[in-house]
Amino acid sequence: MWGPVWLSLRVAAFATTLVLVVGTGLGWLLAHRQFPGKHVLETAIYLPLVLPPTVVGFLLLMVVGRNGLLGMLTGMGLTFTLAGAVLASTVVALPLMVQTARAAIVEVNPELEQAAAVMGASRWKILWLVTLPLAQRGIATGAVLSYARALGEFGATLMVAGNIPGRTQTVPLAIYTAVQTNDMMRANALVLVMTAIAFVIVWVTQNFNGKDET
Amino acid sequence: MAEPLQSANPGRVGIMSQRWLIPKFAHKTSVRLLTVGLVVGVSACMPRPQTLTVSAGAGLADAFAEIAGAFEAANPGLTVELNLASSGVLAQQIRQGAAVDVYASASETIMDDLEADGFLVTGTRQDIAEDRLVLIAPLESSVPSSLADLSDVPRVAIGELELVPVGMYAQQSLQTLGLWDQLEGKLVYGESVLQVLAWVETGEVSAGVVYAADAQASGRVRVVAELPPESHEPIRFPIAVVRGTHAPEMAEQFVAFVTGPEGQAILARHGFRSPGEAMR
Repeated sequence: MWGPVWLSLRVAAFATTLVLVVGTGLGWLLAHRQFPGKHVLETAIYLPLVLPPTVVGFLLLMVVGRNGLLGMLTGMGLTFTLAGAVLASTVVALPLMVQTARAAIVEVNPELEQAAAVMGASRWKILWLVTLPLAQRGIATGAVLSYARALGEFGATLMVAGNIPGRTQTVPLAIYTAVQTNDMMRANALVLVMTAIAFVIVWVTQNFNGKDET
Repeated sequence: MAEPLQSANPGRVGIMSQRWLIPKFAHKTSVRLLTVGLVVGVSACMPRPQTLTVSAGAGLADAFAEIAGAFEAANPGLTVELNLASSGVLAQQIRQGAAVDVYASASETIMDDLEADGFLVTGTRQDIAEDRLVLIAPLESSVPSSLADLSDVPRVAIGELELVPVGMYAQQSLQTLGLWDQLEGKLVYGESVLQVLAWVETGEVSAGVVYAADAQASGRVRVVAELPPESHEPIRFPIAVVRGTHAPEMAEQFVAFVTGPEGQAILARHGFRSPGEAMR
């Protein structure tokens, strides 16, 4: 019963770490830079929000499956691995992170960034010492939301990582299997744990926003 | 039904009639829509005796598609709807009250449980086929070339252990052969025998255990070895009429068709052995 929970928490933690780095970077890029193909990139990043998870799973298989791009290049794929589960969660959580990080970075007063630039700070220094600290609440909210989304990922995970007890069977998959095998006790317990975790997550993000208003 | 605009009496368009015109119109339209909706909805929900729903274990998919076609051809106006999944999932659906007329399973155990719990029409159960287990590998692969080689491959697919009979049989067999403990760490579990087959066909796994009939039907896998039939309980495919059927006569006719010469010929063509043959 705690196996899938522990696995889920780990997969979501890995995915959130990836999403935090990549998503904040992309959020900054979209907030501050103009470049050709920006709209295409933006649209592509947001696609997993609206695509059926099976489509995301299918596309991921084409990229990291044994017969996919990665398989052709290296002879091995990420199918049936923990890395596959992490990747699936990362891709579906990324849009949430990019959206919130971008909004938070846009809201940073540009005069403060300009002031830092006038005082001779490098672009990296401005990012580290001015922009990111000022946007940290939005970025943290994005990370928490991404964690929640990663925790709940089902469809793409099932297609890419399979449903292997002890290795890739996360809580959503364990609930699915428990219901299919009529193990309602287990399903109940897992649903309770999942709901409790989700409750805490939503409560935490609400708290972030509450502090914003005061 | 009268036209609402005409019934509003165009000769006397007073304030009252104008005031009531729109609500009346809207009211009548919504009543009509509701009626249409109800009729469509109810007729869609009502059992239609010309449709027979047959739940069949995924391993029987191809054979039953052909049997369904032949049965339809022999009974004009009748449609056979096939519901394909692992036998365990299908049994679970029947327990939860799914509207199914006939159930063909890949597992005697699952059928026994359904029968014991009263979900089948007594006296309708019969065996329709038998089969054996084979170890398969992707066409272009050279390893494994025997059961013993399984220790050298990174990933082996079998059916899920609780719902998918081909997984249950594979587990029994690998345990009897003393291979289970060393393989368990590299096993991945398919949702049906067809998924195991697909994983091997696409090379996602290095080997898999499926029914001989499905391996033969695929043509896109290499049969490495047959698992000894005495290493697992006999693989028999029983069929029966489900107690909740709305068309018991038609369901029994379908069962008779499958066990009859025409159905048996189709099953044989798809590589299944006739009942009693596999263990010989």
